[in-house]
Amino acid sequence: MNEKVINNPLEDEAIYIFREVAGQFDKPVILFSGGKDSITLVRLAQKAFYPAKIPFPLLHIDTGHNFPETIAFRDQLVEELDLELHVHYVQDNIDAGNVQEESGKYASRNMLQTDSLLQAIEKHGFDACIGGARRDEEKARAKERVFSVRDDFGQWDEKNQRPEVFDMLNGRIDFGQNVRVFPISNWTELDVWSYIQKEKMEIPSIYFAHKRKVFERDGMIWSAHDEYVFREDDELVVEKIVRFRTVGDMSCTAAVESLAFDIDKVVEEIAASSISERGARIDDKRSEAAMEKRKQQGYF
Amino acid sequence: MVGNKNKVLKLSTAGSVDDGKSTLIGRILYDTHSLTDDKLEAIERSSKQKGYDYLDFSLATDGLVAEREQGITIDVAHIYFSTPNRSYIIADTPGHVEYTRNMVTGTSTSQVSIILIDARKGVIEQTKRHFFINNLLRTKEIVVAVNKMDLIDFNQEKYNAIVEDFQSLISGSDYQDQNITFIPVSALHGDNVVDKSENLAWFKGETMMEHLENIRLEDIQEEAKARFQVQTVIRPKTEEFHDFRGYAGKLKGGELKVGDDVTVLPSGRKSQIKSISFFDQQYLSASKGSSITITLMDDVNVSRGDLIVKSEELPKESKSIMAKICWMDNKPLEAASTYFLQHGVKLVKSKVKSINHKISTDTTGATEKVSQLNMNDLGLVEIQLAQPIHFDAYDENKGNGAFILVDTKSNTTAGVGFIL
Ligand SMILES: Nc1nc2c(ncn2[C@@H]2O[C@H](COP(=O)(O)OP(=O)(O)OP(=O)(O)O)[C@@H](O)[C@H]2O)c(=O)[nH]1
Ligand SMILES: [Mg+2]
Repeated sequence: MNEKVINNPLEDEAIYIFREVAGQFDKPVILFSGGKDSITLVRLAQKAFYPAKIPFPLLHIDTGHNFPETIAFRDQLVEELDLELHVHYVQDNIDAGNVQEESGKYASRNMLQTDSLLQAIEKHGFDACIGGARRDEEKARAKERVFSVRDDFGQWDEKNQRPEVFDMLNGRIDFGQNVRVFPISNWTELDVWSYIQKEKMEIPSIYFAHKRKVFERDGMIWSAHDEYVFREDDELVVEKIVRFRTVGDMSCTAAVESLAFDIDKVVEEIAASSISERGARIDDKRSEAAMEKRKQQGYF
Repeated sequence: MVGNKNKVLKLSTAGSVDDGKSTLIGRILYDTHSLTDDKLEAIERSSKQKGYDYLDFSLATDGLVAEREQGITIDVAHIYFSTPNRSYIIADTPGHVEYTRNMVTGTSTSQVSIILIDARKGVIEQTKRHFFINNLLRTKEIVVAVNKMDLIDFNQEKYNAIVEDFQSLISGSDYQDQNITFIPVSALHGDNVVDKSENLAWFKGETMMEHLENIRLEDIQEEAKARFQVQTVIRPKTEEFHDFRGYAGKLKGGELKVGDDVTVLPSGRKSQIKSISFFDQQYLSASKGSSITITLMDDVNVSRGDLIVKSEELPKESKSIMAKICWMDNKPLEAASTYFLQHGVKLVKSKVKSINHKISTDTTGATEKVSQLNMNDLGLVEIQLAQPIHFDAYDENKGNGAFILVDTKSNTTAGVGFIL
């Protein structure tokens, strides 16, 4: 028997938020990308409801441009924890002519995810979508509430958010609306990595240094995966030892050169880093307000 | 953050619009080397675009398009940084009176409030209002930053006059158990924020950052009785845990131990704590803040919203409460209107019995008879409840003494209350 529960305020807060979701909503879902933040979410949900199973399914919006390692990891996790997984494919939406694939050098399916997400919410009637966004990631995210209400069109009304005082979370909504819930709002990137380290959690191998065929553009390193990532003829493919700090689509996630082959080295590297994690996301570089605009339209 | 994960100091900013709150936070981030290269580049780019010949540090926190266009803060930004000593979570709040509800949001979770004053303007109405709100929230640690000292030639007499002015506010306040520190700074130029300044050589106190680093967490922690509100009942219904029925919640105040005699409210049924667990581990005790699961010796009926307390530490019980309310909705609060009252995680139907008076926010405590409370008003209100709640006075247990009022039609959080 252990003496006294050791407090970790961030973990306690996240567990509290998960339990509020269970208490306040009928059809919650965890938005699962296979990245480190959503893996952390699953871990926290496990802790919140143990010894019962996680009482929510997972939803993955699959762009078709994922790293294969992420998908393999996802399927393994779902099986281990005996979870229900919904996958919605952006490709289906493109084939049906609902959305138009981007073209050109910076083409990415990142923006197209929003439509698939909103369709999935409507189809299943999800009333709470739990996401792994953190306030330290980006300046518009820094403004968001833990329970963030979206209207019938999935839109975020950033200038008119509900007050959120103390730890009282108000998840009351009308039919058709939904709430985006962010249990790890107050975690930093380093908090997440330290937690993965402490908990000895498994994560997809692409987060660790590995050899990869890449090319450089605008000072960033891209996966040379010609099927998904556009490459000019003069952008030469070389082999480098790299890792990924964040895992989105291949077409919008840049790698960093790194020799961090294990979690201890990754934590060290993050602690010493002078670039933020979103610095490696081309989707944020499109404009000053890229994230805010996407959120208004219903993005994660 | 490695190694000091459990040492977090939560700060918030306060003060009138344009007093320099966001600039101060940006300056702290810059001078502690907490801005990553890409974020700093973005600030440099935007500052240049706006035609400034200095860096506009408010851009580090004003993240919304509308905020950057108007040069004001509209909603709270949460900012994170750490020193070798500990981690900080800063809520940078808006100064504009229209966004007081967002200021309350940011301040409600913080332990330290930095109230900024524009040295040219001195103590103004909004300074008073924000000091008053901090007192209402019982923020223990207040730092008064007299900012823009560069614009008054770092003049000591003028600074002293402002300090004196503020001190007269303190004497009128109903919350005396508070530490208040005055620091002259220039957020824009960095004087006395992180580094000591030649310009303020006459000031013998600590810089802003030195002061924050030296605040002891033990000194600002609330001592309160153990209150365990059940968020959800865990029933695995598996072979292994066939009869398991655990009560999951986050302990507010105090400590609970296995074997403690407890009472479940509202039923009043008594039992003992059989087990305390966190994830797959069992423990003998848990203290304030822990998100745990407990089981009881007896098969009593417990559901979401029920409160488990030590039998010798019962809270108050009532269907009628008196509370100070800070109103946050466009639709005014009126007598006889009905709201959901959310006390922690428990929702109860409620009706406003009477608005006793509106309280002036200038810390004179003056009262005024009114028939309604408008957005950003503060007042003393009596509320009737459909079922009793089990509470403490806010002064005795913040977590069990506060509530929100939720509009039954729009669902918005319309007001926050502090039980007397
Ligand atoms: N000269 C001088 N200007 C300052 C100083 N601090 C802030 N300012 C300027 O004052 C203006 C307002 O600063 P902000 O930081 O946006 O003010 P704020 O208190 O955050 O305002 P709201 O959030 O809208 O309430 C900006 O133009 C700043 O550059 C200072 O120490 N000296
Ligand atoms: Mg501001």
